[in-house]
Amino acid sequence: MKPDSSEIRWVDEPPLTPAERSYLPLFIEGLTTTLRHLVSPKITVQFPEERHEFPDPIIYRGVHRLNRDEQGRVKCVACFLCATACPAHCIDIVAAPSPWPDREKYPVVFNIDMLRCIFCGMCEEACPVDAIELTSLYDLSGKSREEMIFDKEKLLSVYDQTKDLEPPRWMRERDVVEDQKTDSASGEN
Amino acid sequence: MPVVIVDGKEIEIRAGERLNAIEAAARAGVEIPHYCWHPGLSVVASCRMCLIEMGTRDPQTGKIVMLPKLVPACNTLVKDGMVIVTNTEKVARARAMVEEDLLLRHPIDCPICDKAGECRLQDYHFQYGQGERRADIRPITSRKRDIGDLFLFVDRCIMCSRCVRFTREISGTSELMIVNRGTHEEIDVLPDVPLHNKLSGNVVDLCPVGALADKDFLYKQRVWFLRRKASVCGLCATGCSIWIEENQDRVHRIKPRENMFVNKWWICNDGRYGYPFIHHPSRIRGVVRRTTSGQVAVGWNEALREIEEKVRTACRPALCLSPFLTNEEAYLAARWMRNTHPESVIALGPVPREGEDERFPGGFVISAEKCPNRLGVEAIAHGLGNGVLGWPEFLEEIAAGRIDRVIVLAGYIKPWLDETQAETVRKANWVALADLFPSPLSDKVDLLLGMATYAEHEGSYVNRHHRLQWLQRAVRPPLGSRCVGMVFWELSGRTGVYQPRTVLAELAAELPYFSAATGEIPDVGVDLRVNQLAPSTAETQASTA
Repeated sequence: MKPDSSEIRWVDEPPLTPAERSYLPLFIEGLTTTLRHLVSPKITVQFPEERHEFPDPIIYRGVHRLNRDEQGRVKCVACFLCATACPAHCIDIVAAPSPWPDREKYPVVFNIDMLRCIFCGMCEEACPVDAIELTSLYDLSGKSREEMIFDKEKLLSVYDQTKDLEPPRWMRERDVVEDQKTDSASGEN
Repeated sequence: MPVVIVDGKEIEIRAGERLNAIEAAARAGVEIPHYCWHPGLSVVASCRMCLIEMGTRDPQTGKIVMLPKLVPACNTLVKDGMVIVTNTEKVARARAMVEEDLLLRHPIDCPICDKAGECRLQDYHFQYGQGERRADIRPITSRKRDIGDLFLFVDRCIMCSRCVRFTREISGTSELMIVNRGTHEEIDVLPDVPLHNKLSGNVVDLCPVGALADKDFLYKQRVWFLRRKASVCGLCATGCSIWIEENQDRVHRIKPRENMFVNKWWICNDGRYGYPFIHHPSRIRGVVRRTTSGQVAVGWNEALREIEEKVRTACRPALCLSPFLTNEEAYLAARWMRNTHPESVIALGPVPREGEDERFPGGFVISAEKCPNRLGVEAIAHGLGNGVLGWPEFLEEIAAGRIDRVIVLAGYIKPWLDETQAETVRKANWVALADLFPSPLSDKVDLLLGMATYAEHEGSYVNRHHRLQWLQRAVRPPLGSRCVGMVFWELSGRTGVYQPRTVLAELAAELPYFSAATGEIPDVGVDLRVNQLAPSTAETQASTA
């Protein structure tokens, strides 16, 4: 397209008023913002001495955990749906027939490469048994790449660490159902 | 010509052709869902999934009279003037009802079921079923039973009885049966007669749901991770058409590929479960040269230079071709040998045989000849060599000192020569060997080359009925190894990537036996005898059997 093309519409800057030409109103406006922030409450956190508080840790997407069932076994049934949904291909599962009579299939190996993970939460959404969930832990670090590949034991230990603060979804839903039951029962009374 | 009307579309069938409504509709591009019907088995019409509306058109008036009730398409042979309607509300409701009924007693444990992703119950439910489940039944875990060669997940079964009919009609062993009646029906075996026959793996493919599962493949991969390549089984001379299913350069299972000229829909368990040798850790990798100080790994360029020089300066070199090579590999090697040294001899390696041909009532034959391409390699050797040596004569010639330098292209899967034969071959003053596994010969040779298995090279095999079939490469050979074709492609001074299609075109132009293999090779392969005059009727019958 040439500069003299009829399709180009040239727009001129509007002329400045005398007040604008003095720069004073804009200067005052900017300084007011600065002064307001000087006196407003601070939201910067002095990490790592202080830690950020989440309004709702359940919805935060941090380090994964593998949930345990009521008997303390890994809840995962090794269906590979998380690995299928994962856009970063960071989940590696090896499945096998389970050693327990009431369960058919379980993961022998369950590795998540935290360096590849993009923390999108698709694995959590894909999981049909609510076995993999993202916790509110966000400060993960390691000294080598190998250390950042979290295996099944480590992911289960994340569950042990976070289960009290962030109960797994199936437990929350069960509690909600029980609350409703007690509510309706008390309502009848 | 008889005319059948499928959903308002007229299709013509050949006079005297026996088609049921499912096959006729497939020709019109209409899919009629079915579980129990299989083209290779008898018709029972028990699943009721293929119910259609059927009527007849009066040839004089053209008036169409429909039957009031739905009929099973699998059990309805089409004839002239028949009208098949599959897209009505009545048919859709019947299908949805069948789906709902099947799911009443189904565990719905798809997340842990190996069939998920290629399951008919899943596919048909999404396509024809209803979204809502009216019965209040929780998902359950299916009972699992070891029935011999396979696992049976009892509660996943939808009682199509395909597996039962297979063991009665095709394998002829009748191990499977239906026990109990009504909703208590189950597939089972007698306590001391487990499912154990050479064709038992086929019932896993036949099973439209995940009730029958391979022990070999159980929980190894989800099917949607696998990529499949059309290939040909390299374990016996029958040359069954197969799919090789791999993920990340690892073969995970072998499935039969429909080929009515060779294996129909079946393959034997030897071929199905015989692939693990491909990834065996003892495979020969790369190139090893034996020197006075021991064995050292060398690069391919150096190895090629050595082969070229040794053959060119020999008095009477020999090339030994095994029946495991593709036609293209054998041709490239033999052609190069003859061009490089006019006195060179071509010999044939031993042909592995085990027992007798195994025949099954359904017509399936497992060949006793445990190699895929004897006919092709022999035709090439006879076409290019002057006086081809058999394996015993080849050993005699070496022992007599009439052959001084030897290239052996082996690729045998099982042990193929003993210590004394290896000693005899070693009497030549220079020996190069391309092979898969260590053998008595492999630690004596001057140059040892790693080569490719049937899943790792592209090319063609000729089966025992002279049918040439094309193999696609499914996985890469182990690091450092190359397929024989690549080696001789480079030795022949050709540039770029090894192109077996080009080689086959040259081969077809040069040898009359391969003349039928010009142009594109169809999925079912080509019969190399079509260009030969008047094959005897006995041979034709043998090839169709």
